Amino acid sequence: MRALTWQGRHDVRVETVPDPEIVNPRDAIIRITSTAICGSDLHLYDGYIPTMRAGDILGHENMGEVVEVGAKSPLKKGQRVVIPFTVSCGDCFFCKKQQYSACDNANPATTSDMSETLYGYPMGAALGYAHLTGGYAGGQAEYLRVPYSDVGPIVIPDGLEDDKVLFLSDILPTGWMAAENAEIEEGDTVAVWGCGPVGLFAIQSALIMGAHKVIAIDHYAARLDLAKRLGAEILDYREVDVREALFEMTGGIGPDACIDCVGMESHGLGIDNLVDTAKAHTFLGTDRPAALRQAILACRKGGRVSVPGVYGGMADKFPIGAFMEKGLTLKTGQTHVQKYSQKLLEMIGEDKIDTTFLISHHASLEEGPSMYRHWHDDQDEYTKIVLKPGMERVAA
Amino acid sequence: MDIKERRGNGEGDALQRALVGATAVAAAAGAALFIGSKLRSGRGEPWISDAPRSTRRGRNSLIGRTVTIAKPAQEIYDFWRDFSNLAQVMENVERIDVIDQRQSHWVVKAPGGSTVEWDSVVTEDEPSRLIAWESTKGSNIRNSGRVEFLDAAPGRGTMVRLTMVYDPPGGTAGRLVAKLLQREPAEQARRDLRRLKQFLETGEITSSTSPSGRRSESPAKQYI
Repeated sequence: MRALTWQGRHDVRVETVPDPEIVNPRDAIIRITSTAICGSDLHLYDGYIPTMRAGDILGHENMGEVVEVGAKSPLKKGQRVVIPFTVSCGDCFFCKKQQYSACDNANPATTSDMSETLYGYPMGAALGYAHLTGGYAGGQAEYLRVPYSDVGPIVIPDGLEDDKVLFLSDILPTGWMAAENAEIEEGDTVAVWGCGPVGLFAIQSALIMGAHKVIAIDHYAARLDLAKRLGAEILDYREVDVREALFEMTGGIGPDACIDCVGMESHGLGIDNLVDTAKAHTFLGTDRPAALRQAILACRKGGRVSVPGVYGGMADKFPIGAFMEKGLTLKTGQTHVQKYSQKLLEMIGEDKIDTTFLISHHASLEEGPSMYRHWHDDQDEYTKIVLKPGMERVAA
Repeated sequence: MDIKERRGNGEGDALQRALVGATAVAAAAGAALFIGSKLRSGRGEPWISDAPRSTRRGRNSLIGRTVTIAKPAQEIYDFWRDFSNLAQVMENVERIDVIDQRQSHWVVKAPGGSTVEWDSVVTEDEPSRLIAWESTKGSNIRNSGRVEFLDAAPGRGTMVRLTMVYDPPGGTAGRLVAKLLQREPAEQARRDLRRLKQFLETGEITSSTSPSGRRSESPAKQYI
């Protein structure tokens, strides 16, 4: 089959690779109909996530048609399914608690040693990400092996086209969980750093959950415009002092909840971020948490900070004093996708959530490498890219 | 022989180390006896923490690892007690032939495609509580192990604690054993317990086997 493979920093290529096979009884194989490029794929593209190997197939926002099932998979050939990016067994202590992204069994014994060393415990697993999280092939390809296919895949009813449901795989539940972790109460003001796809879904979710006001922060005009259309007030951090602005816009109280949808490669303008960037480039440190620092400093006393943005390593200059003295609550984590799938699918079916507004580009799989370049370089114009392996190549 | 004294000498004296290395297998045989006494009870040096002995700081002759499995102790005990089952979850074990209620014959993969073999005998057996075993006196590789099944917090299943000893006084035979078994025994134990947990909880052993652009690899083969 054809597949988009990671070869190194800023080097992805579409190659012919072997087709996936059923390995375990609970497996299924799907033919990919849509697969999106995620913001966290940029961390891989930029070479910030350790344990990638040249030849790894990327892609963790996948959907398609079931073409093969193992003996214990309840799926049937021909069913349309969206595949959560988290691989979860459904049987362990964590899955039973609906903490699916912390699954204790989905990361193979041979790869879980690394995260145990890095993070203290073996991490859960994800499709199409580094070997730290299992080394599973991703779905930016013609076919995908889906492990534990009785736990993850969401069967899509007829009549809902791919673009409406594809983001159930990751960014929609990620934005939703980010808002849930912000523990929004009536009358709350919620500030959201980063108006990429996760930020936009967090904004939409926060408003659905009853936020009085959502303030969105970014510097890309097109992304801020999408946020505004969702009903958020917007801030371009290049134009205004964000903390001062948030202070004023909340009458001196501050946002009740702050959501960092930026993660480890924050742009930022502060001197701290320049130091972080220099360190990241010289391999002295990995993460640039400028948005997180600002969120902690801007948050009201006793407020909540929610972090769906991806971090991988270490960061310094964490404002622990502000964090403690103000009595903040910090909630983070990879998304427990399976916990939210059914509810969000119903809301999409009832037109309570729109997921299509942020898609800026559809492209064939063969165009993948140029799409990664655009996704990296032209973030204002490229707000979300969906690859369609079956699609004819069109001149880009 | 005083263990501490012997260890001190071995570290300080290259000749002594070489001698210990040359007689490592013999030393390992001697170790099996030491193992037995060490595993069977907490006899010996004072130990005031409630944690397992294997977590002690410094040079440690015990390999210990605990994993919680969301299954009743009886079920896990039954799986383990039929030693022939263990080859499914133990990466380096090719097969275990059960000879009778107490004895089994272990065939373990070694580097270069060869195998090492030994006979093992059950020394303690308390249903749903613990199983202990050690290699028989004529075996080339002396080792002993003990698995305990402890109640986890309510609703969480069973804590399975595996303790093994390969490392005799002097320390060299442990490394020799590691070489023969391809992997550090501690790493092997950790991975084997993870596979046991996967198999008992999910019914399969998790595998990320998938295609890649690396031409030398078959999609059906694990690559780390």
